[in-house]
Amino acid sequence: MSKAKPKVAFFEFTDCEGCQLQVANLGADLLELTKAVDIVNFREIMSEEGQEYDVLVVEGSIASRHDEERLKAVAAKAKVVVALGACAATGGVNNLKNLKSLEEQKKIVYGDVDPVKDAIPAKPIDTVIKVDYYVHGCPIHGPEFIKVMQCVLMGKPYKVPTYPVCVECRQNENICLYDKGQFCLGPITRAGCNSWLPNNGVPCVGCRGLIDNPAANAQKDILEKYGLTVEGILDKFTLYCNAQKERAKYDKEFESKGR
Amino acid sequence: MTKSSSPKDVKIDVHYLTRVEGHGDITVDVRAGELKECKFKVIESARFFETMLCGRLIYEAQHLTSRICGICACGHSLASIKASEKALGVVPHEDTLLLRKLLLHTEQMDSHVLHAYVLVAPDLLGVKSIMPLVKTHKPVIERAFRMKKLSDWAGEILAGRHTHPISFAIGGLTKIPEKAHLQKLREMMVEARADYAETVELFKKLTLPSFERKGQFVALSHDKEYAFYDGKINVNGEKLVDPQDYLSVIKEEVRDYSSAKFVTVNKAPYMVGALARFNLNGDKLDEKSKEVASYLGLKRPCYNTFMNTVAQVVEWGYCLEDSIAILERLIKDGIDEEKVLVTMYPKKDQWPVKTRAGRGVGSVEVPRGILFHDYTVDDHGIVTAANCIIPTNQNINNLEADMKKIVPEIVGSQGEEEMRLTLEMLARAYDPCISCSTHLLDVRFVS
Repeated sequence: MSKAKPKVAFFEFTDCEGCQLQVANLGADLLELTKAVDIVNFREIMSEEGQEYDVLVVEGSIASRHDEERLKAVAAKAKVVVALGACAATGGVNNLKNLKSLEEQKKIVYGDVDPVKDAIPAKPIDTVIKVDYYVHGCPIHGPEFIKVMQCVLMGKPYKVPTYPVCVECRQNENICLYDKGQFCLGPITRAGCNSWLPNNGVPCVGCRGLIDNPAANAQKDILEKYGLTVEGILDKFTLYCNAQKERAKYDKEFESKGR
Repeated sequence: MTKSSSPKDVKIDVHYLTRVEGHGDITVDVRAGELKECKFKVIESARFFETMLCGRLIYEAQHLTSRICGICACGHSLASIKASEKALGVVPHEDTLLLRKLLLHTEQMDSHVLHAYVLVAPDLLGVKSIMPLVKTHKPVIERAFRMKKLSDWAGEILAGRHTHPISFAIGGLTKIPEKAHLQKLREMMVEARADYAETVELFKKLTLPSFERKGQFVALSHDKEYAFYDGKINVNGEKLVDPQDYLSVIKEEVRDYSSAKFVTVNKAPYMVGALARFNLNGDKLDEKSKEVASYLGLKRPCYNTFMNTVAQVVEWGYCLEDSIAILERLIKDGIDEEKVLVTMYPKKDQWPVKTRAGRGVGSVEVPRGILFHDYTVDDHGIVTAANCIIPTNQNINNLEADMKKIVPEIVGSQGEEEMRLTLEMLARAYDPCISCSTHLLDVRFVS
């Protein structure tokens, strides 16, 4: 990347735009970041549009042929691509629509009229374009976004934590939700959110995706203590993990590229 | 064609997003001063939240449906929880209700301050976004950020975060907000009164376009309070309907050119949001908010869509004062932890899940208007049918109707730039969402 202030553009696809809102809400940290980069397209807060950019931050999953074409077009201009949030990184909750036939769902929602002829099964952006950085989570955790952007600026890779959420949860001195008689996906979910849900008394539902090779890398003491299997807890929380099962084949590819 | 000329032939494409379904277009086509076409078209793929919910455990519904919208996440979460409780026969404790009202107030404040300052004020001050205002109107922008931060922080201490709240669950909360945090929030809110007074003065100085179309209004109404969290569906002040029976008044229609459904009442468009609430419930505002409304020239009934922003400014003040009152009550009486604390999902010994079977409709007022979630569950807590009606979809028809009325009024009297701005501002008045509205209209003049 050139030494001049890099230009950063945000684009959203099929999603709720909550991750961009997390970025907009960073306040002072965002202002600090704008000392190092020029934000040229960020429609949540500005209407001026810049036509040239170096870093493309993509929010949302790809769920129509229109999305696909637009993503290719906006990515063509960028030197570096960042996937912002679960929808862009793994498909997020949008993947849930893939569990049923699209035709059947159209029938239920729209009846005999079909206004969404170009709809396709939802998928993460790296099935369409090359992605250099991943910010996981639904929504993203603001401090991690800043860390990733620092890596982008320094031109070095950002290593997503490979250990489970339990590690952060213990650092935060939370009482284990299993000890409180609940299920939780913490033992097999990638860390990086500072155990956001368990801090607030809610089991982790795996929005950041599974750790690589959960069978080997899970928080084993908890699984053993409660006689649990990875499959057994996965079946309790399928909001994100159905997506993750489909996603497993991509994970090996990430690792080989050292991301 | 020069700027000052008055085009008789106009073709307008408004590109913007609805919060739920993404990108949309508004097409306005005028030939020889006559309106040929006015259409709203959502071109983004549908997300199928309703079918995603089917087959899932009801306890996952609030998490999933809050992902419909990042800005109104708390409102979706609360409508979802209300629908679930109604279906399951769960009655939450009074303290839980107070905390939900407080969370919802702070979401209205968050969204309203963004809309009024980030979207509308730049129009009225003649600039394209808040960016140039950082230099020319620094104290104004700093004030807006302070007001925004107040709601962000409130979301954090009440629900873990504002975007996709964490701790609000069916039957109660999974974590009780700390008393020290409630005290601090109350202090911040008391201090925010000064920022609010300045905001009122700012909007007093700004002039909104005049326009009138006697349309329909729908909002929740409550006999004891200015309704946000609870009430009956009020249709034009003529009848009150239980939210459970919403389908008897609100009709959804599918058109083949748009992935968003079109919604009508009495077979006609209607408006939801701050102006609808003010028109139907303005008598329930506190005296101070009534004075602000009258000071800013807002009188019931108001048929000028542009005044929606002024109604939002009035509501910000009302939400601030009511939040302070709720906080004082919670601080004084404390929160009954035993009655409020619940788990989000069934515990390990509650599997396989057994519930009562039933159907529940949950309705709340979110910043952009009335919102409905409607779930049917079987006796294993599995959702078998779901329907959600969101405010922006309800307003689409009304925006089309407003456009149809205003275009012939301004064709011939306004120049190119002026027309573009008027139409942009009309679309923005509905506050369809932040990113949608900051996207500029692409107005093409056919000569």
